[in-house]
Amino acid sequence: MALDREGVEHIAILARIGLTEEEVEMFREQLSNILEQFETLKEVDTAGVAATLHAGQLHTVLREDVVEDSLEQEQVLSNAPRREGPLFRVKAVLEE
Amino acid sequence: MAGFDYLSVAQARERLDRRDLSSVELTQACLDRIGQVEDRVKSFVTVTADLALKQAQEADRIIGSGAAGPLTGIPTQIKDVMCTQGIRTTCSSRMLENFFPVYTATAVTKLLEQGAVILGKGNMDEFAMGSSTENSAFFPTHNPWNLDRVPGGSSGGATASVASGEALFSLGSDTGGSIRQPASFCGVVGLKPTYGLVSRFGLVAFASSLDQIGPVTRDVADCALVLNAIAGHDPRDATSLPLDKKDYTAVLGTGVAGLRLGVPEEYFVEGMEEGTRRAVETALEALQAMGAVISPVSLPTTKYALACYYIIAPSECSANLARYDGVKYGYSYQEAADMWQDMEKTRQHGFGQEVRRRIMLGTYALSTGYYDAYYVKAQQVRTLIQEDFARVFQDVDALVAPVSPTVAFPLGERTSDPVKMYLSDVCTLPPNIAGLPCMSVPCGFDQGLPVGMQLIGPHLSEETLLKVAHAYQQETSWHLATPQL
Repeated sequence: MALDREGVEHIAILARIGLTEEEVEMFREQLSNILEQFETLKEVDTAGVAATLHAGQLHTVLREDVVEDSLEQEQVLSNAPRREGPLFRVKAVLEE
Repeated sequence: MAGFDYLSVAQARERLDRRDLSSVELTQACLDRIGQVEDRVKSFVTVTADLALKQAQEADRIIGSGAAGPLTGIPTQIKDVMCTQGIRTTCSSRMLENFFPVYTATAVTKLLEQGAVILGKGNMDEFAMGSSTENSAFFPTHNPWNLDRVPGGSSGGATASVASGEALFSLGSDTGGSIRQPASFCGVVGLKPTYGLVSRFGLVAFASSLDQIGPVTRDVADCALVLNAIAGHDPRDATSLPLDKKDYTAVLGTGVAGLRLGVPEEYFVEGMEEGTRRAVETALEALQAMGAVISPVSLPTTKYALACYYIIAPSECSANLARYDGVKYGYSYQEAADMWQDMEKTRQHGFGQEVRRRIMLGTYALSTGYYDAYYVKAQQVRTLIQEDFARVFQDVDALVAPVSPTVAFPLGERTSDPVKMYLSDVCTLPPNIAGLPCMSVPCGFDQGLPVGMQLIGPHLSEETLLKVAHAYQQETSWHLATPQL
């Protein structure tokens, strides 16, 4: 299935990825080529086949509900690009 | 230690325990080797020389006290996708160029608890996405056997460091072939364990249902030693299997007589290089001569694995990499008008092309209107692939196949064509999709470059794979060959 430029721009917005004009065209072509490879799955009869979400052998692993040590606040903030005291700082999300 | 030597872990262990060699000497020899070849091989993103020598001193103290474990004092390289507290962990991405983790991956902790020596962090395709290590944001790694060729990927640093004698072993990670394919290209042993055997805690996530950490070593005996160290249950990884500890070295030397080995015809794909085919077929003849029972088997869903994988892995990647928002850690663009534009710029500049391509591919496959046609369909095909394997494993104990249809390809040959690059993974993807253990073992040369034989087994059959691979190495010497550097 071929993507158009609008399709690529829409995906980029969903993925929060900025693209240059040239990149929109490059990704349009490359993603279309890759999607074409996926067409082969259409020939597989999957009626009534259960979906496998993972290859693990465990389901719903639980542990005792006991308090454990977690990372210190300073550690968690140690790689923050911008912080203010004990907080991560971001630009305003909500408008006045 | 007089100069550089290609020691195996077991050989080094013997000399360390005999006090014929100290860990400081061994570590310095590795650092000297790095100094000698690294400008050509470029397998390291970060070399931690001072820390390594300090760890080596401590290891020598432990050895002196008689409390040494199998890996005490052994120098290793860690793929830069595993968190190491206090050591920069980049995933070979601009996004994490200055990231210092606040905890250490469990697999690495287990090595450190034994007193292994960390030489540094291994180069890789950015966020483990790629098959050539050319997607590193910093520089490509070169194949020690031919510097104009790729080392494979994504664990190209891990395999090139062992092949070039910079490290005695390394840890890689494998989501769709990222340990086995570069191991094959570099002529070393690489194992992807059963999903859940090695903890993924602290492994930077790419595709969580497929990712697995595994050893890269010079020979199979070393592979078993390293697997002993890193396997085991970890409560911090909910997919980690609660199993009793095993000694994987116990099966070495027990031979392959009577073992049933299947050869999946679908893995000998169209376009496969003749030299690779010949090397794998010759290996099969050797295994037969050693008493294994070889029979052809068919895995008809193999041809769907590529599409299945390149829907599932990018889908999981698009969710996992949503965390890189420029707020909590990593690269952060801050010059745009608002937070959303900052985030878009952060991800535009912080991620390379392949990572953005896969995030967008996954975003598309998971988006409204396409979810059923792509993601759900791929998960259903995944079930069929698993059933295919389960069926053949009723008749055979393990499978023998090529790792890659070609030997290491020239740098730059496939970078502009993602589909061509993806096709190099065609033989390695299916076991990840089914969560099966699999490994690459050197089985010959073509065009002066190593060829790997792939072994695949049912869940938790690592012992069978190691037994076959070890028996093969007793009869052959491919793993003893070293590159001219």
